[in-house]
Amino acid sequence: MDDATATSLRERVGEIYRSDSRSVLATLIRLLGDFDLAEEALHDAFAAAVEKWPEDGLPANPRAWLVSAGRFKAIDRLRRRARFDAASTALAQRFEELGSSAFEADAENDDVADDRLRLIFTCCHPALSPDARVALTLREVCGLTTEEIAHAFLTPAPTLAQRIVRAKGKIRDAKIPYEIPSHADLPERLESVLHVVYLVFNEGYSASSGDSLTRADLSGEAIRLGRLLVDLLPEPEAIGLLALMILHDARRAARSSPSGELILLEDQDRSLWDRERIAEGCALVERALGSHRFGPYTLQGAIAAVHAEAPTAAATDWPQIVGLYDVLMRADPSPVVELNRAAAIAMRDGPEAGLDLIDAILARGELTTYHLAHGARADLCRRLGRKTDAITAYERALELAAQEPERRFLERRLRELKGE
Amino acid sequence: MKYLCLIYDDETMWPSMPREQADAIMGEYYNFTNDIQKSGHYLGGNALQPTQTATTVRVRNGKLSSTDGPFAETKEQLGGYYLIEATDLNEAIQVAGRIPSARFGSIEIRPIQEFDQAQ
Repeated sequence: MDDATATSLRERVGEIYRSDSRSVLATLIRLLGDFDLAEEALHDAFAAAVEKWPEDGLPANPRAWLVSAGRFKAIDRLRRRARFDAASTALAQRFEELGSSAFEADAENDDVADDRLRLIFTCCHPALSPDARVALTLREVCGLTTEEIAHAFLTPAPTLAQRIVRAKGKIRDAKIPYEIPSHADLPERLESVLHVVYLVFNEGYSASSGDSLTRADLSGEAIRLGRLLVDLLPEPEAIGLLALMILHDARRAARSSPSGELILLEDQDRSLWDRERIAEGCALVERALGSHRFGPYTLQGAIAAVHAEAPTAAATDWPQIVGLYDVLMRADPSPVVELNRAAAIAMRDGPEAGLDLIDAILARGELTTYHLAHGARADLCRRLGRKTDAITAYERALELAAQEPERRFLERRLRELKGE
Repeated sequence: MKYLCLIYDDETMWPSMPREQADAIMGEYYNFTNDIQKSGHYLGGNALQPTQTATTVRVRNGKLSSTDGPFAETKEQLGGYYLIEATDLNEAIQVAGRIPSARFGSIEIRPIQEFDQAQ
């Protein structure tokens, strides 16, 4: 084999790592029954591929080759450990008895998709803490490094690494099974998966200062994860969540000024919206709505679609948005949904109507420490010309807001009102 | 795999409960215990007397001290337990979810630590 072919084969290993390493890992975890052993086996298998493929040529089924190589490497490792403990010997023997045919057959059939789902559902198991689910999913399913995840979540790397170690420890010690949930458990378990994807997306979407680049990657990662999930398990709410994320992401370029200032939906330059993504998002919303089994994510996606389809802010179909919030309030009532519904009502019926609703929420003692509730209230007071009330509410919002672009936005509004 | 299902609920709820309601719940417990005995999940279980009967023991610097009351004063108290056999956590969650107190209290599931018998 000449050098050029060898070089291109080494490049192929890199490509296959990017496209297939997560699914090879998913299968190895099932076959070896252990996250850490499977991760080591995965790295050993790719190291072997870098060595062998340039010599022997690309195998007919690289994925099956990698799974099989991973198994042999795992047996090797267990053998070496076996000098120190009896349990490893037993495990190594069991893997050998399973035989390579079982491993290779497994690697070829459509268990590939099932393994990826097993991995997702295990990483998002409700018995793990929400923080751990997010970290583990990004690490194992998306293949991000611990450092990348730590950076994106502004968490020290050792803290994040420990979170992942603990989660894997719980999976092993409490015996969280590596399986796709039964039909009866699916709704609850899927909700947990979708919540993880949504958390990852929001982390990337809501922060637009400082680390905006890495954080945008986090949104991209969430969308990739959402697409994978829709491919593997096209449940209406998975489709609805993907639609919601794509529609929000389509407005990314218009959401902040080049200097990082926040731009409200009504002030955004709609020519910067990504029309192709909007079309894709709207089609997904329709697909999810057509199932008649949709839930909160699809409804939020539908609301985002109405906004995205409005040619101008003034031309927004507010009655339809209020209608969708009414349905959302029945499907998944929460004070935050109520607040958003109040803002939509203010647009449909005037600021006074919206303000009454927001005051009612705050009077119940809810959302009193939520900066967006005070921000929305301030905005409506401003529109009604109630300047003093508006200033008080903006100041309260500013006390509670943590993100820099939001703080700068509120400060700007305050300066305008005070005529500085 | 063995799991201990610890049943936490508000023990002050029981004395104030109408007799028929308490009887109904006890009936549910009786049926549940029967069910998991038949299904092979049951290894053991007991109800505990209220925490006013609890004594907490510590040995510090070789000196034993016992104090009145439970280890921690909490809103919900350990009221009983089941030791069950389940293939994995998902199955344990399914069994624990059927414990009557899960509806008004909480069930903590703890995997049993198995020590190597070989040595």
